[in-house]
Amino acid sequence: MSLAIEVQSLTRRFGDFTAVDAITFEVRTGEVFGFLGANGAGKTTAIKMLIGLLAPTSGQARVAGYDVLRQAEEVRRRIGYMSQRFSLYDDLTVRENITLYGGIYGLGDAEIRDRGTGLLDRLELGHAGDERVGSLPLGWKQKLAFSVALLHQPAVVFLDEPTGGVDPITRRQFWEYIYAAAARGTTVFVTTHYMDEAEYCDRISIMVDGRIGAMGTPEELKRQFGGETLDEVFVRLARPAA
Amino acid sequence: MRGRSPALAAFMVKEFRHILRDRQTLLILLLLPLAQVVVFGFALRTDVHDIRIAFVDPAPDYATAELRARFAGNGEFDVVGTAPSATAVERIFRRGKAELALAFEPGFGERLAQGAPARLLLLSDASDPNSSSRREAYARAVISDYRDELGPPGGVRIETETRMRYNPTLESVNLFVPGLIALVLTLVSALMTAISLSREKERGTLEILLVSPLRPWQIIVGKMLPYLGLAFANVVTALLAAWVVFRVPFRGSIALLLGASVLYSMVGLALGVLIAARTPSQRAAMLGALAGTMLPNTLLSGMIFPLSSLPEWLQPLTVIIPARWFIVISRGIMLKGVGIEYLWEALAVLGVMLVVLMVAAIRSFKPRLA
Repeated sequence: MSLAIEVQSLTRRFGDFTAVDAITFEVRTGEVFGFLGANGAGKTTAIKMLIGLLAPTSGQARVAGYDVLRQAEEVRRRIGYMSQRFSLYDDLTVRENITLYGGIYGLGDAEIRDRGTGLLDRLELGHAGDERVGSLPLGWKQKLAFSVALLHQPAVVFLDEPTGGVDPITRRQFWEYIYAAAARGTTVFVTTHYMDEAEYCDRISIMVDGRIGAMGTPEELKRQFGGETLDEVFVRLARPAA
Repeated sequence: MRGRSPALAAFMVKEFRHILRDRQTLLILLLLPLAQVVVFGFALRTDVHDIRIAFVDPAPDYATAELRARFAGNGEFDVVGTAPSATAVERIFRRGKAELALAFEPGFGERLAQGAPARLLLLSDASDPNSSSRREAYARAVISDYRDELGPPGGVRIETETRMRYNPTLESVNLFVPGLIALVLTLVSALMTAISLSREKERGTLEILLVSPLRPWQIIVGKMLPYLGLAFANVVTALLAAWVVFRVPFRGSIALLLGASVLYSMVGLALGVLIAARTPSQRAAMLGALAGTMLPNTLLSGMIFPLSSLPEWLQPLTVIIPARWFIVISRGIMLKGVGIEYLWEALAVLGVMLVVLMVAAIRSFKPRLA
């Protein structure tokens, strides 16, 4: 069984404040891994270290088989990232955005064209290829951003609150896309504040005060913490922090 | 290019699209520098109030005293002193103490009384021809008023001769416009990249780029090169304005001037990138770009105030002002017609600045320890 993400005592301090405190975990290839935690628990800092935006104070992390600090270039080629802020260019058309990201990830013109067409067909956005992204509804934008983050077929995709602010139907669709990506072998690392979404994950971890407070399948966590729902588990874990 | 670095090429294509799509901003960026050069060029030069006048009066008598009193009493003139001879006036002009001098011939009053032609010599600092002729007209008006009061036309004769002196007083339009171009170029260049990059920062797209295989230098070069095209258009319009509107001479190589302008614009573009990389928001980046280019480039570049007039402790600081070096280059080429053999030092300094700014900008994109 191969590992997509291996994290060993990963720590990040900002002055006296320890945002991420020696976390250790593994994510298997093809897994949908939910990375949960209250605001300020250290989720964002942890993700930033995994995608190479922030250097760890100590500890190690390997993503897609490469060390995030020493082999950053190799890691970058193999990951996709969708931030909680909308990450496409509003003033460019759908196709132009696809061409841009394809080009940045070194895809050839023909590849970009073919994958772009496939992507638009899957999203049923074929008619909107020449429209500016800014004119699309938010739900479509998010789905498009997700698909663009997968355009170069990364080994691991990091989704930071991908469904913030979208309606329940679109969220449902979104998760169908996530499953489809996982079925193709892409490892999905996703943060969310929606506990119903956390239920969809193969495994989840809940960060509390910079540490991993709990980790396992949703069922395991519910058993372990004696909660009916993940909501209860989450509140029980996170409360001491608040 | 495409074969070697498709990522950079794709990034630059995107930048071009941003630029071309936002027509309004594009138009502003193209016209603003032109408007600035023209407006400031006029605003900064044509005031002829408080004309500073010096007298050369080797043999004072009642008539010279009377005429001098009339100048002193006229609100448009500001008497700054007397010079012993016409040649001494030159020195006063050079120091920028006076713009006009009136020399009386010895025995001026005596000749007037005898009805003989009494001669005056008006010396004018004509480094700015427009203001100079206006100053001369004012002075002639004062003189003819005086003559008319002395007697009927034809009865009393005062012959006024004018000599124009070219003296760089660092106030002339010829000296101003090259400086103005320097100011406008950095301002616009730094603003363009600062705004464009900080917009990506605010929208979160920069994060996506930093996570991608694009390297920091590619992001920076990809930001700068498309805007360099715009900056070059600004160089050309500013130089055209200098030539068409202000008749600033082009004595040296235009190719060299354009080349130096490109180098100088790149310094501004790199400065904008650095400012955007180090500031938290678009607004802060804009303010930073304005403050970082406007004030130092106006006050410490020699554009308005000669460097030698700055306090001594401030003078070493001017070395790090890009405009100071570009002004040396642009004045050298436009006004003196000198070639690269006199300008290599200034060009080298700009080159070093470009490298330093780029390295600093690239470093601030290495997010490793931020």
